[in-house]
Amino acid sequence: MSEQETSSATGHSQRPAIAWRNPPLLFELSREGRLGVELPPVGVAESALEELLPESVRRTDLAGLPEVSEVDVIRHFIRLSRRNYTPELSLYPLGSCTMKYNPRLNEEVVRLPGFANSHPLQPISTVQGNLELFWALEQALIQLTGLSRVSLSPAAGAQGEFVGMLMVRAALDKRGEGRRYVLIPDSAHGTNPASAAFAGYQVKELLSNEHGTLDLEDLERAMTEEVAALMLTVPNTLGVFEDQILEIARIVHSKGGLLYCDGANFNAFIGKVRPGDMGVDVLHMNLHKTFTTPHGGGGPGSGPVAVGEELVPFLPAPLVNSGADGFTLDFDRPDSIGRVRSFHGQFGMLVRALAYIVGMGGEGLAKIAENAVLNANYLRKGLEGSYHLPYTTPTLHEVVFTDKRQTASGVTTLDIAKRLMDYGFHPPTIYFPINVSGALMIEPTETAAKEDLDSFVEAMCSIAIEAEEAPELVQGAPYTTPVRRCDEALAARKPVLRWHPPEAADS
Amino acid sequence: MYLDEYLYSKEHEWVHVEGETCVLGVTDFAQHQLGDVVFVELPEVGQTFEADDEIGSIESVKAVAELYTPVAGEVVETNEAVVDDPEVLNSDPHNNGWLIKMKIDAGADLSGLMSADQYKEFIDGEDA
Amino acid sequence: MAKMPDPDRGFGHRYLPTGTEDRREMLEAIGAPSVEALFSTLPEEILLREPLPIEGPLSDQELRGYFGRLQAANQVAGRDLISFLGGGAYRHETPAAIDSVTTRSEYLTVYTPYQPEVSQGTLQTIFEFQTFISILTGLPVANASLYEGASAFAEAILMACRVQRKRSKIIVARSIHPHYRQTLATYATNLDLDVVEVGWDESGRVDLEALERELGSDTVCIALQSPNYFGVVEPWDRLSAPAKAAGALTIGVVTEALSLALLQSPGEGGCDIAVGDAHSFGLSVSFGGPLLGFMAVKDAFKRSIPGRLVGQTVDQDGQRAFVLTLATREQHIRREKATSNICTNQALCALAATVYLALHGPQGLADLAQLNLQRTASLRRRIGEFPGFSSRFSQPCFNEFAVRASSPAGGVIAQLEAAGILAGVPLGPDYPELEDTFLVAVTECNPPEELDRLVEELGAL
Repeated sequence: MSEQETSSATGHSQRPAIAWRNPPLLFELSREGRLGVELPPVGVAESALEELLPESVRRTDLAGLPEVSEVDVIRHFIRLSRRNYTPELSLYPLGSCTMKYNPRLNEEVVRLPGFANSHPLQPISTVQGNLELFWALEQALIQLTGLSRVSLSPAAGAQGEFVGMLMVRAALDKRGEGRRYVLIPDSAHGTNPASAAFAGYQVKELLSNEHGTLDLEDLERAMTEEVAALMLTVPNTLGVFEDQILEIARIVHSKGGLLYCDGANFNAFIGKVRPGDMGVDVLHMNLHKTFTTPHGGGGPGSGPVAVGEELVPFLPAPLVNSGADGFTLDFDRPDSIGRVRSFHGQFGMLVRALAYIVGMGGEGLAKIAENAVLNANYLRKGLEGSYHLPYTTPTLHEVVFTDKRQTASGVTTLDIAKRLMDYGFHPPTIYFPINVSGALMIEPTETAAKEDLDSFVEAMCSIAIEAEEAPELVQGAPYTTPVRRCDEALAARKPVLRWHPPEAADS
Repeated sequence: MYLDEYLYSKEHEWVHVEGETCVLGVTDFAQHQLGDVVFVELPEVGQTFEADDEIGSIESVKAVAELYTPVAGEVVETNEAVVDDPEVLNSDPHNNGWLIKMKIDAGADLSGLMSADQYKEFIDGEDA
Repeated sequence: MAKMPDPDRGFGHRYLPTGTEDRREMLEAIGAPSVEALFSTLPEEILLREPLPIEGPLSDQELRGYFGRLQAANQVAGRDLISFLGGGAYRHETPAAIDSVTTRSEYLTVYTPYQPEVSQGTLQTIFEFQTFISILTGLPVANASLYEGASAFAEAILMACRVQRKRSKIIVARSIHPHYRQTLATYATNLDLDVVEVGWDESGRVDLEALERELGSDTVCIALQSPNYFGVVEPWDRLSAPAKAAGALTIGVVTEALSLALLQSPGEGGCDIAVGDAHSFGLSVSFGGPLLGFMAVKDAFKRSIPGRLVGQTVDQDGQRAFVLTLATREQHIRREKATSNICTNQALCALAATVYLALHGPQGLADLAQLNLQRTASLRRRIGEFPGFSSRFSQPCFNEFAVRASSPAGGVIAQLEAAGILAGVPLGPDYPELEDTFLVAVTECNPPEELDRLVEELGAL
């Protein structure tokens, strides 16, 4: 509807501007004397402040902190929340991010006081429930991965990768082998090479073949006794399962190397095959992907690492053991790579993940992969008439299209992504994997309903038609979002990374 | 566009030799490939480099390009105007968007660099 | 009339919206004979034929029962025990408004705000978080958060090495949280860093003479914590001044973020980098995770800081908007050359902290910090009056202090545990020379009656 149509004959708008749709910053809301908390009395005989803390170690002021009431705070964050798209509206098909439904029951159980108020340094006799939970989750992950033991410590997938590569390094050192290289396919997540480099390795990139998989001859050539490990994402970021995985594992092992599996896409084959049976030596999982812990706007994540027998001695300390006297924490691990964070891991995420696992059960978990793959293939079928599919190999949980058919009329992947917002969808992952030009990487997950898949396909097909008939319409998108395309160059050239009080901004 | 008096490298730098010194920048083709340049990191005056050394980087919103020197020598001046306002690299890469001035090493070999015509042919090949 | 439910539920499950009818239609559209056919690329010989032996599916009722039993098997403060545990994880009251915001699906279930047009809510709250951390630390640039304090500390050291490339020595105070130092050791395993530790003086502060002996033209940085692991307040400028004179950076570590409301900020005290954990702002201790790592730096380091950053800009209509910025530092662009391998941050925890800080404001924060300070000082004084106990260090504390017993601390703690009191964290396991010492933390979660109980039980020993 154009502006004119919304105006009545009197010149007054039918749709006046709504002030709260554009919330100021908290700091701009501040009014002197407003307060949002009520504190208890001190309740003890007080000393003069100067006696307890000399002025030289005290701060001079808290200038800039906002003065607002609880009512203001709630309104502010509710108003802001309406400027976010959420997966509960419809598809949020970010490829490789597995934006599936997060059970609300998990949010309830994690807040039980016996979990929420347990302190990490309590004597273990007082936290047996937590240790049993660690134990139960580890046992379930051992079943699902077919590996020997699991560290629940890593704070996120990327930290899990780092832990995994440190263990690889420690194991090879123990063997007396100083290997220098790690092989990584070009379709890998950026965290893989970054984590390998952090563990002190040099990265050698392997090119994908025309099927989007590893070329075994290339691998044979690259896999020397100087190579510590192959880091492989299964299925890879194209959604393609390495059908030669058993042969790949054989080649890596034949030269004494280790096979690292990035489990970011575990959702595609959970309960169908086990990484341990594939020949994987070390695997990290993202609980916020496969195991429904909420993404939270970008964290907290959680990245448990499962390993085969050879790597068990090197797992981060502590591990939880079960014995006659209950559950214990085992810190006596002389070959352990050590600690990668404080305390015991993202406990709140572990509670949620276990709640999900037992909420699904063994049978239900196998259905996850089935439905995820069914949904992705259904989307693929619906879109292949309108978009270019660079790899026609069978795909599992996600599919990668490109903008090749649209670029002739000047419409790019970015434009398609932005236009999708006007149709009420979150865009897929774009321009990734980097070995595909103009990639649109779509992962619907198993919790997308058929009717939402249908309307997504319809929207994408409409956009393909618009791209031909009215490219400038697509190029100008989005039109209906809280803000329109943002000047990212300005943000990076003249970074403004915090609010400044008005007078400071002038100087 | 591609001035005849400049020499060009396969890494898309241009070099303008003036006696014992030279001026170095990146080509219009390179700035186009990068998109909106947001940050330029240059070496310090006084640093010396061999040919093909990495001397800095150029960042756009979503990409980083390493900057290499095709010439061996010592940095004698850097273009602070580009550091302050990287947009110049997009709008005027061959003049005001120059990056550094170097004192060329006595033994430096410039024979591997291309003429303007050769470079145009080279980038036509890259485009395809 | 509705059909009777099928005893074989087939494909149905409460978290899977695909029914048997959907499945049939979708397979038909795809042109696949069965779901199994879609998995043709999986090696036949390792396909699982049976569901894995994992308990479930549990109904909501059963699941509540299972987790109810697990949590009841713990004994926790406020329900079963009195606790004075701190040691890097501090219990504070969490206003109800926090959960009401963080459980909204617009914040809870969304991902990293890669698409700013539909993520302004998340982006603006992160920008607000960055502003809060910047104000509290007194440093101009704060990132969108990091996992937790210990790995954030390791990242800070690595960052210092990047900006001081020609130097190699790292001086770390032993009075920094042991987990933080252990994490640094793990991160540094393969990076050829020369880390030396310096101890403390009689008063509990960093041994300045030892530090000055180590400090030189090869020093990348010094790192100290305040309040340090023993609860002692360290004046930042006491060490940042000599560090600066030697051309070394100063990294200020804060594990009890509430102290920032009262103490000189790291920025004011000459720190170049402030790093630590801000879980005190609105998170439950939750067995130590998730917590909330933070980092703030001087303006000159804004392109070297690890983790995500949100910046302000405008949209094409000139409206104020927020975007992820300076992304070229990150792994998805630089891959093996990235400043860090970090991908996620702790956005939801940062949101909780943002709500918490907004609710408290300058007055609430300052009052709460003083409440912690006064109750702690009162307990410290009273414990010091017992013949068998003394305050281990003389310097001022904030809300935690070290108590020296006349016998090994482990025994004292065990006796009090039997009386339902977790009196504190023993220092012996991490500091053999402090076998007789334990840490006692007091916050607003310890009402005056609990302080009386502890004093009473100590007196009875």
